[in-house]
This record gives sequence, C-alpha cells and structure tokens, in this order.
Amino acid sequence: MKQVLVACGAGIATSTVVNNAIEELAKENGIKVDLKQIRIAEVSTYEDTADLLVTTAMTKKEYSFPVINARTFLTGIGVEDTKKQILEELLK
Amino acid sequence: MSEFRFNEEVILMNLEAADYTEVLQQMGENLVKHHYVKDSFIPAIIEREQEFATGLPTAGVSVAIPHTDAVHVNQKTISIATLKNPVDFVIMGEESETTPVQIVFMLAMDEPHSQLKLLQDLMKIFQEGTFLDQLLQTDSVLEMKKQVTEKLNLSDFKGGEKL
Repeated sequence: MKQVLVACGAGIATSTVVNNAIEELAKENGIKVDLKQIRIAEVSTYEDTADLLVTTAMTKKEYSFPVINARTFLTGIGVEDTKKQILEELLK
Repeated sequence: MSEFRFNEEVILMNLEAADYTEVLQQMGENLVKHHYVKDSFIPAIIEREQEFATGLPTAGVSVAIPHTDAVHVNQKTISIATLKNPVDFVIMGEESETTPVQIVFMLAMDEPHSQLKLLQDLMKIFQEGTFLDQLLQTDSVLEMKKQVTEKLNLSDFKGGEKL
C-alpha cells in the first residue's frame, strides 16, 4: 500500500479538504492508500516511508518521493489533471 | 471547543487596506473586539500568511483564506471581508507570485476533520465564480449574511449545534 502525505501549513484547513478528495479518488478506483494528514513541517518524519506528497503549501526542499501541488482541489481549476497525476503515482 | 457562529459582526464590507498585512490586522482586530479570537490570533495569522500564503485565483474574483492554529480561537467562525480595492496576496503554494484578492474568508477554526463539510462547501463557492461576483455586488451586510448562510448551509448549525 502506498503512503501518501497530505500536507498544508497548519494541517487544519486545506489538507482536510484535499485529504478527503484523495480518499474518494482512491475509493472510486479501488485503490487502498495509507493517507497521512500532516503539517508541512512534519514531512521529514515520513521521509523513509512516504511514496508521495500532495500539498497546498510551498516546498523548496527536495524529497525522495514526488510532490504534487494540490491547490486545484480548492479552486477546481485543473483538478482533473491533478487527479490524473495522483492516480498515476498510486498505480506505479 | 465552541460551536460555529456566523453573524453580521464578522462581515466587513469595502475594507480599505494598503496590503495584506493591513487586511489581516483589521479583520483580526474585529474578531478580537467581538471575542471570537484571542489577541494572539492577529500576529499568528499574519505570520502564518507570510510563511504559507493563502491567495487563490478562482473561476471568478480571487480570494484568500487566511487561518492559523486553533489555540488562538475562542469561537469558531468565518469572517468575510470584501475589499474596496484589490489587495495582492501571494498564491497558495507559490513562492512570490501574487493574485489581486477581492474577497477574504478568514477562518477561525479548530481541529482537522471537524469542519470538513463546511470547508468543502466553501471551496465549492470558489468553484462557481458567479457567486463570488454576486457577493461583491451585494450592498448590505444582512444580504451578504443571508447569501453565505444559504450557500454554506450554515442555518443547519443554529441552536448551538456543534459542527
């Protein structure tokens, strides 16, 4: 099972919405995921276990896993592309 | 934690501000005045915005959703301000690119998950640009309260129900 980190600055608002969207996306596609809703500052804790980071916050750091920008889940603009990107990673 | 409250007093129309710090300061002072948040909310929300920007270009006018940690919040609410002149906020997830924001939704919230439905409904508003345009053209606080209450299904939470 892939571990997906969902992070925003506070771990309160935007990651809640994105977390739920990914949960539904995975369910629709019959994929099991290990979702972790966290603050962006906590990402390094999962450095060794995570397969993907989906975030609304800016990240300058380089990680060993891919990072997908999740702003589209909030604005709706380009959300289908983002979903496709996430699915591709989940199915890898 | 407190229940959610959405009243005329958290709606500010035609707010005048030179930059986003002033917007957050004024909105924050209003929330402090009405006891929704603690004094510490203001520096905390400004600092958070500097570190994690919340400007969002939408299908309609650009918005911002500043928020900070629950520890500064007494009473959950969403404070709304329409801005007299657009104010640049850095776009969420970007380093320095800005967007001219016309409506600010300041979230005074607590634990994750407790407000999923409300946040989802709010994001839905952003996804239909016409409602934001409509809000901007509204000329009374009461009317704005009515429109937002309907759109976010806030009337469901009357009577002290918890979100």
